[in-house]
Amino acid sequence: MGVMKRVQLVFKAKANKALDKMEDPRETLDYSYQRQLELLTKVRRGVADVATSRKRVELQMNQLQQQANKLDDQARKALGLGREDLARDALTRKSSAQSQLNDLQGQYAQLQAEEEKLTVASQRLQAKVDAFRTRKETIKATYTAAEAQTRINEAFSGISEEMGDVGMAIQRAEDKTAQMQARAGAIDELMASGALDDVGGRRDDIQAELDQLSANSDVESELRRLRGEIAASAPKQLEGSGPNGDAQVANGGQSQAQSAPYAPPAPTQNPQNTQNPQQAAQPAGIPVSDLPSANDQPQDGEG
Amino acid sequence: MIVRILGEGQFRVDDTATTELNHLDTALETAVERGDEPAFQDALTGLLAQVRAQGSPLPPDTLEPSDLILPHQDSSMDEVRKLLTDEGLIPG
Repeated sequence: MGVMKRVQLVFKAKANKALDKMEDPRETLDYSYQRQLELLTKVRRGVADVATSRKRVELQMNQLQQQANKLDDQARKALGLGREDLARDALTRKSSAQSQLNDLQGQYAQLQAEEEKLTVASQRLQAKVDAFRTRKETIKATYTAAEAQTRINEAFSGISEEMGDVGMAIQRAEDKTAQMQARAGAIDELMASGALDDVGGRRDDIQAELDQLSANSDVESELRRLRGEIAASAPKQLEGSGPNGDAQVANGGQSQAQSAPYAPPAPTQNPQNTQNPQQAAQPAGIPVSDLPSANDQPQDGEG
Repeated sequence: MIVRILGEGQFRVDDTATTELNHLDTALETAVERGDEPAFQDALTGLLAQVRAQGSPLPPDTLEPSDLILPHQDSSMDEVRKLLTDEGLIPG
């Protein structure tokens, strides 16, 4: 016997067992109707619960996005100030926030699908409960006891199957929502602690190392992007400023200027800013004799 | 013949489609017995697609019980095993 028939028999056995418990056919009808109304309430509450959960995830996604934007901003500022270490830290955290955000997007889609399924299930159950109520009144009014029993069994099997189906749908939605809430709680705590870089504690070592490698390369590419942006905002001030201006071009800053999506306002209010980005972008081997305290910064070349 | 897909509702399927359905159903059963997850997913997906393509949805206010019942689209093999052996999986 195939899977389809076996599942059907399991459902049927369930309905028969419930029917056997009833002695009076009228009792069966009324009791079953009562149970149907309860299930309807339950499935509607289920829809509301999933919706609440979905909204919470939505809120968190917004918060994470803001966090990522803020960290990006901080990284840009840190780099502008020549504090690459701080920029690196901010970008590492941003990468972490971004990966949480990507995770949440997937979960969000799942919750949305679950909400739709439950809504449709609730409509289907409502239609069947209405049909059952009509049938119940007809059976009570018209048929002899023997006839009634047959008709009751038919109506009962049909609705019982639907109730089993809807009951499982609610269970599945509850499981998904519970998982989601546990996750949301964890992310809340993470955000509150401000330690978005401390994720992945439960993963195995190799995964952690791979994540680290990927995060590192994210940070490197972000650093390159920010350097490009800063370099792109600088050339106007640097035009005709001697050997350092040429170094800027050789540095590749110009080529990125075309495609850089973000152009920060020219820092005219703060003249020394034109020096700092240049300093940060200074490649090894550039004559630095005219820069103050050049001998104190041998680590700049290795970065 | 009435076929229910759990989570989706009931479909009326012409009896002529039975051979094809049984064929896929046997594949599904074999996959569950062997614990072959990829084969299980293939068979389940094929079976559901077949019912949806061949069948016409029953109006929601019908009270007819189904002749055959199929697991949810996103069922795991473990869930289907429980569905077959453990009545506890169906609430109520």
